[in-house]
Amino acid sequence: MDAVIEATDLTKTYGESVAVDRISFTVGRGEIFGLLGPNGAGKTTTILMLLGLTDISSGQVHVLGFDPARQPLSVKRRVGYLPDTVGFYDQLTAADNLRYTARLIGFRFAEREKRIADALDRVGLSEFAEKRVSTFSRGMRQRLGLAEILMKGAQIAILDEPTSGLDPHATAELLGIIRGFKAEGVSVLLSSHLLERVQSVCDRVALFNAGRIALMGSVADLGREVLGGGYVVDIEADGAGLAERLALIPGVSGVEITGLGKFRLHADRDVRPEAAAEVVASHGRLKYLGVQEPSLEAIYTRYFDAAPDPELKEGSRHAA
Amino acid sequence: MQREGSAFQGLGVVMLKELSDHLTSVRMRVLEWLVVLVALAALYGAIQEIKDTTAEDPFLFLRLFTTSRDPLPSFVSFLSFLVPLMAIGLGFDSVNGEHNRRTLSRVLSQPIYRDALLFGKFLAGLVTLSISLITLWLLVIGLGLLMMGIPPGAEEIARSFVFLLVTIVYAGVWLALALLFSIMFRSAATAALITLGIWLLVTFIWPVLAGAIAQIIVPPDPRYAALGLQTPGTAVLEQVLARLSPSTLFAETVVALLDPTTRALGPIYLSQLQGAVLGAPLPLGESVLIAWPQIVGMIATAIVLFVIGYVIFQRQEVRA
Repeated sequence: MDAVIEATDLTKTYGESVAVDRISFTVGRGEIFGLLGPNGAGKTTTILMLLGLTDISSGQVHVLGFDPARQPLSVKRRVGYLPDTVGFYDQLTAADNLRYTARLIGFRFAEREKRIADALDRVGLSEFAEKRVSTFSRGMRQRLGLAEILMKGAQIAILDEPTSGLDPHATAELLGIIRGFKAEGVSVLLSSHLLERVQSVCDRVALFNAGRIALMGSVADLGREVLGGGYVVDIEADGAGLAERLALIPGVSGVEITGLGKFRLHADRDVRPEAAAEVVASHGRLKYLGVQEPSLEAIYTRYFDAAPDPELKEGSRHAA
Repeated sequence: MQREGSAFQGLGVVMLKELSDHLTSVRMRVLEWLVVLVALAALYGAIQEIKDTTAEDPFLFLRLFTTSRDPLPSFVSFLSFLVPLMAIGLGFDSVNGEHNRRTLSRVLSQPIYRDALLFGKFLAGLVTLSISLITLWLLVIGLGLLMMGIPPGAEEIARSFVFLLVTIVYAGVWLALALLFSIMFRSAATAALITLGIWLLVTFIWPVLAGAIAQIIVPPDPRYAALGLQTPGTAVLEQVLARLSPSTLFAETVVALLDPTTRALGPIYLSQLQGAVLGAPLPLGESVLIAWPQIVGMIATAIVLFVIGYVIFQRQEVRA
C-alpha cells in the first residue's frame, strides 16, 4: 500500500508549550486512519499542519508527495477538509455555498454544476440544494461539508471530529458516507474523541495523548497488545456440569461463573463453535453466545490508567 | 521561503462574493438610505441658501457641496462623518465574522492563500463604498442641475470629481482600520466599538486636544495675544498635531479642492501674501498641489493600516 500521508517527527510548539511532540505516522491509499484522543491532545494541530494552515515547528510531512509548508496550494487542491463544527454562509443556499468553494478551486461553470449536483445527491441533500443553510441542522451541515469534499474530488479527506454533537441516526449516516469514501479509494484521516463510534470505521488508529502518539495500529492489534492476548467468550446456557465440560475445551484457560447459568471463558482463540457443541452435547439450552471484541475504550482506559489526568477522564466519559 | 503559485489566486472570486454580500445585506441598505437622506437634506439646505444669498459666483456649483444652512451642516461635513461610519459598518466584522461562523478554516483549506481572502475583502468593501459615493456624486450633480438650473463648468466637474476620489481614499482609511480591528479582535462587537471609539477620538476630540497640547508645549506669547493673534509657534504645532488625524487631512483637502481661492492650508505670514491677488481662484492643478501632502498622507495611512492587518492575519491561527 503506498502512503498518501507521511509524517516524520512532526512537532508544533507554541512558545514554551509543545502541542505536538515528534509524531510519525503514515496513511495508506484508501485507508481510514483515526486520530483519537481527548480534546487538546494535538489532533487538530496535526491536521492543520498537514494542510499547511499552520507552520510546522520541526519535522517533515509529505501529503501526496507535496510539502504543505512550501506547496500548500497543491496540497489543498487535492485534500478535502471538514473542520470541527464546520460553518457555512448562513444567508446563502447549500448549492451557493458549494458554488463559492467550487469557484475558489477553479472549476468551470458546467463542471461546477454537475459536480455540485452529484455531491449533494451523494450525501442526500439534493432536495435542500436551494434552501438556505441557516435552516440546516447540525447533521445536515456536516453532510454538506462532506459534499464539499466529494465535489472537490479530493484524494484525501481530512475530517476533524465529524461525528461530535450528532444524534445516533445522523452519526450512522455520516459514517456510511465515510465508508463510501474508502470504497472509492479516497483515503480518510479522521480525528475524534468518541472512541466507540470511530472504532467501527477505522482501519487503523493512532491514540493521542498530550501531543504524542501513544499507540498506533488496528483496533484488534492494539487490543491484543494492551489488553493481553486471548479471547473472552460469554455463554448463557443451562445444562448439567456445563462449567466442567467447557473447561475441558482445548485452548480454554479458565471458566468464570458470572451468574446463574452464565459463564465467561478465557481462551487463546475463538472457542465459540466448540462451546456451542458442548452445550448441545450436554442437552442444555443455549441462550446466548458471544465473543467480546476488544473495545477502543477498554484499550484506552487500560493504557492510560497508569497516568490518569483530568483531560483524559473527560475524554473517556464522552466516549461512554 | 518561496511559496508556490500566485498570492492572488482566488482574489476575484472572494471579491465578487464579498461584493454581492455587501450589496445585498440589510446593513448596507440601511447605511445607503441614511447617507442618501442626509445628503438630500444637506443639499436642499445648500440650494436654498445659495438661492437666497449668492448673487454671482464663478464656482456656484461647488458651493453646493460646502454651503450650509442652519441648522443643517453642509454636504461635505455630513459626508466627512458618514463615510467613516459606512466604512466601519462594512468592515468591522469581515474577518472575525468568518471566524465566528467557522467558515474561515473551510475557506482557507481551498487552494487559495490568505492574501487573496484579505485583499478580496478590502477591495470588495472599497468597491461597495465607491459605488455608493459615485451614486451620491451623480445625485448631487443631477439635483444641482435641476434645482439651480445652471450647468456646471468643466473646472467644477473636475474639482468635484477629484473630491470624489479623495472621499473614496478617505473611506479606504477607515475601511482598513475596521479590517485591522476585525482581524485583531475575535468579537465583532469589540471590534466595532473600538473602531467607532477611535473614529470619535480622531474626529471630534483630537482637534480640541491638539490645541490644548500645543498650548502646553508652546505657551502662547502674550504679545501676540494682545494683538488678538495666535502665536505662530503654537499655531504651527497645533496644526502638526491635528494633522495626525485623517479627519483633519480630509477636511483640509476638501477645503483646497472645493474652494479654489484657498492658497494655503495653515498659518501664513503677511510677507508671503505680498503680490497675491486675494480672492483670485487657483487652477485645479495648483489646488491639488496644495492638498497633495494631505492626499498622500491619507493613502499612506490606509496602506499602513492594511499592512499591519495583513501581517497579523498571516500569523494568526485559523482554528476556531
